[in-house]
Order: sequence, then C-alpha cells, then structure tokens
Amino acid sequence: MLTRRDTIAIGIGASAAVLLPVTGAYALTTEEAITAYTGGADMAEGGVTITAPEIAENGNTVPISVEAPGATEIILIATGNPTPNVGRFTFGPGSGAPMVATRIRLGRTQDVMAIAKMEDGSFASTAVEVKVTIGGCGG
Amino acid sequence: MTVRPRIRLPRSASAGDSIVVKTLINHDMESGQRRNSAGETIPRQIINRFTCEYNGVMVIDVALEPAISANPYMEFEALVPESGEFLFTWYDDNGEVYTATEAFEVS
Repeated sequence: MLTRRDTIAIGIGASAAVLLPVTGAYALTTEEAITAYTGGADMAEGGVTITAPEIAENGNTVPISVEAPGATEIILIATGNPTPNVGRFTFGPGSGAPMVATRIRLGRTQDVMAIAKMEDGSFASTAVEVKVTIGGCGG
Repeated sequence: MTVRPRIRLPRSASAGDSIVVKTLINHDMESGQRRNSAGETIPRQIINRFTCEYNGVMVIDVALEPAISANPYMEFEALVPESGEFLFTWYDDNGEVYTATEAFEVS
C-alpha cells in the first residue's frame, strides 16, 4: 500500500523523468544559442539577407548564402535541428565582402536564422523558413 | 579516406579587386547524431574549423558545427591587393590538419 510520502516521492520522480529529456537531450536550445552569442543584446531586424530554397528536397545538403553589409561576423542557427548552431563566419581584414555561401543539414522544416555582428558591436538578424521534404539528421 | 581539397579562383583580377573564392573538401562530417545498425551512436568526426589567408592576411575564419553538410563547401570573397598566395586550412576533430595553397596573380 502506498503511503502519502511514497506518493509524493513517486510524483517528484515522475516529473523529474518528464523534465530531464527536455533539458538533457539537447546541448542548447535556439534561445540559449542566441543568448550565448549576443549576450541578450537587442537585435535589429534587417541588414542581413539569407538566400535559401523555399523547399529543400534533401535536408542533407541545403544550399544557403548569407550576407550582411557592415558585419564583422555572422552566425547561422537552424532553429529546428537537434543542435541549433550551424557555423560562425568571421571576416578578416582580407575579406572582400561580409558574405558566405555553404551547404547545411536541416532535420526538418524550420526557420533558419542568421545573426550578424556589426562593426559597432550591435547585432542584426533575419530568418527564413525552409521546407524540408527529407530530413538530414540521420537517425 | 584521402582528403583532397578543391579550390576555385577566377582566372584574372586587377590589383585591389574582391574575388570570389570557392572551396570544397571531401569529408563525411559525421554528425555524432547517427546510429549504426547495432544501434550504437557513431562518434562525431567533423571538420571543426576552416580558415583562408591571402599573403598572411586573414580572409575568413569559420567555426563549423555538425549541421554543415558532408564535403563542406565554402564560397566567400577575398581582397587581392597584389599577387600572392592563398593558404587554406581545414582542422579535423581527429587532430589532423589539411592545407592547400594556391598562387594568384593580379594584373
């Protein structure tokens, strides 16, 4: 027979079991990835342009390019991937333009976000939705 | 697997131009998310950093995550104030470093 104390213990155990996968399974959430980069600073809308297909048939290689005039660094975040960080692109003094094109993996249909760090230390961001027909995270 | 970097530069440019540089290296970029047929997680092994310098000046420094596709492709722009040499470097999770150089002449 269950005493009141046992019931409470089971209750705590059950809620811990429910909560753990949420915080434990993924290293970082999208929010955390953004805050880790910007330190919680405000981000301007615009000034960053992402070029990506509206529909990607194969999530394993989605061509994407991003440019942000006046940026010293750009990060890409895949908001629906198991780990949202995609890459950090730092432009040196030999860079001809703050732009980069690459190919990324998207696990499912999601928003892809770019955050640019500007010369004055401010941040700007944009996001585009990419529909994915076949996911690219294996499994 | 032999890692073979591929570089694409324009044929010509004038001094001070910004040129488009395209690079590709064959690499699985094993994400650490996949499992083998026995259900065990395949350990992560990716290229985690890529840099490009021209005559010792940093053009771009990239931190790559597992979400970059296999055979990572990078396209970017570089300033070529004079003739010289590009140095490309890829850093593998396993500690290996792959480099490629490419001479470039401005007119």
